[in-house]
Amino acid sequence: MADTILELKDVRTHFPIHEGFVIRRQTGTVKAVDGVSLSVQRGEVLGLVGESGCGKSTLARTIMQLVPTTGGTVVLEGKNLTAGSTDEIRAVRHDLQMVFQDPFASLNPRMTVFATLAEPLLVHGRCTAAEATGHVAELMQLVGLAPRFMQKYPHEFSGGQRQRIAIARALALRPKVIIADEPVSALDVSIQAQILNLLSQLTRKMNLSLLFIAHDLSVVKHISDRVAVMYLGKIVEIGRAVDVIEHPRHPYTRALVSAIPVPNPEIERTRQRIVLPGDPPSPINPPAGCAFHPRCPHAVEKCRAAVPALRPDDRREVACVRLGEF
Amino acid sequence: MPLLSVKDLRTYFHTRNGIYRAVDGVSFGLERGETLGIVGESGSGKSVTCYSLMGLIPQPPGRIESGTAVFDGVDLLRATPAQTRAIRGKRIAMIFQDPMTSLNPYLRISEQLIEPLLIHEKISKSEAMQRGLAMLEAVGINDAAKRIRYYPHEFSGGMRQRVMIAMALITRPEILIADEPTTALDVTVQAQILELIKKMQQELGMAVIFITHDLGVVSGLCDRVQVMYAGRIVETAGTRELFRTPRHPYTRALQQSIPSLQAKGAELFTIPGMPPDLSKPLTGCSFAARCPQAADRCRHETPDLTAWKPGHEQACLRVQAGEI
Repeated sequence: MADTILELKDVRTHFPIHEGFVIRRQTGTVKAVDGVSLSVQRGEVLGLVGESGCGKSTLARTIMQLVPTTGGTVVLEGKNLTAGSTDEIRAVRHDLQMVFQDPFASLNPRMTVFATLAEPLLVHGRCTAAEATGHVAELMQLVGLAPRFMQKYPHEFSGGQRQRIAIARALALRPKVIIADEPVSALDVSIQAQILNLLSQLTRKMNLSLLFIAHDLSVVKHISDRVAVMYLGKIVEIGRAVDVIEHPRHPYTRALVSAIPVPNPEIERTRQRIVLPGDPPSPINPPAGCAFHPRCPHAVEKCRAAVPALRPDDRREVACVRLGEF
Repeated sequence: MPLLSVKDLRTYFHTRNGIYRAVDGVSFGLERGETLGIVGESGSGKSVTCYSLMGLIPQPPGRIESGTAVFDGVDLLRATPAQTRAIRGKRIAMIFQDPMTSLNPYLRISEQLIEPLLIHEKISKSEAMQRGLAMLEAVGINDAAKRIRYYPHEFSGGMRQRVMIAMALITRPEILIADEPTTALDVTVQAQILELIKKMQQELGMAVIFITHDLGVVSGLCDRVQVMYAGRIVETAGTRELFRTPRHPYTRALQQSIPSLQAKGAELFTIPGMPPDLSKPLTGCSFAARCPQAADRCRHETPDLTAWKPGHEQACLRVQAGEI
């Protein structure tokens, strides 16, 4: 595809577990991300869903090169970030920016909005100190904040407003890709809607690519063009948001979709719910074969045998060996 | 006669920055065996309402300014410590949002689980252990005989919430207050816990007050829903009725602003602005400043919760006047 802006090939991020103080030895490995391949097109919103501990945040940090990669490549516009030196990564950082979950923790409480937003501009030499005020005002307007609040501190803003500041900071350098890690899960519904609308307006207006990470499928479906579902460090299903969420094929995606309570009593009380047994397994000792098989209602002997690869199926890709059998 | 009847409850917090009116005139009833959902955004007063009933408001800074909450002839807000002890944890039990922090990390599950029994019933420790074991099995913990000796950190989040539920239900309470019990859990685990609460309610015939911000959870679980905004109830009705014909502008706006799995909307409906600052005295309707249909008098007259039709009450002046 010609317009792929971000491409991941077989990305793996493993963390060693050490035991012992005097004689330290490695006793295990957490395979937080274990062989993820995906691509993001220019101007596309790719949603990434999964339960806690499935590796979605580690994947985001891996793309940002905030944690060292164990294997695989992350390619941003033809530049391989995993092989790059610190200087080379720094040179493309401005094209790749991040918005975090908790706007109370991700903003420096001692910096005014002006200082927060001007810093990236000045560091990257995008403008002189004299021009900064104008640029910051423009950024604030872009995310729906009045520029007269420029000299205020984060604690003077509400959660939704703080998330707007965090988005403005990510936009300051006109990046090509934004990675948003659970940007609305700390917000109330009425505020969540405002931020979702803002993000989709901005991606359209600035032709931004967005990797949107969340655990809430209805939010992801609303904002995304395509959706990837993660379970225990691997992608189990990826395809167009409508296809994946309205007609899920992987048993895990099906259970995930059916577990979401629908705010409509008529539908909610009549539909069939797949209640999965147990908890997601530990990424330290993942089950053999398909990691989902201990909880899967359709698991058979062959699911234990080999790790299923993503296979094309009905306009998407699914990692399940029993596809079409249930 | 309802099992629990709350009238004109007002809980204020006296802080350095002024009086924070967390709950400002809340009245409702709870029937035996009923599931009541209390829905609202953070700061709407839904938790403070229930904490007031359980006597869990730190005083000071909190103060219950007025109101009554009558449960079986006892006003919970004015009960003597002895009366409170006989009701709280025995006839009215509560589970909290975060199962990680509401269990004591230094005590084995067994000790925490049977503590309510040892306190509230004349029972030997071995009998209590028997009941504890049966209860753990009832909430779906496999291998309960072994796991009852575990410490909380040896359980996952969903399992801990099961333990919390077992602890709350071991005295067979008449009312269970659940304060966002599934908010900290993953959706697949949330589905398990909701099923469990439904099952236990049917077995024990208790009434449940379910506090949540998630309209989806409410629609599957509750018989009746009341929507709170800025310390007041703005609308209450049977669940189907409320979702089919919401009357109050806030309820409508809330419903429209949730992204839905069914429909693909381009732009989400948003409520402009933010909830009011509860430390400032409020005149008129608390939602008026954000309401698209607010008229002049909405900013001056305080609306009361009145019946729109039997079983469906709402607090909007303009709906009451038949204007919208």
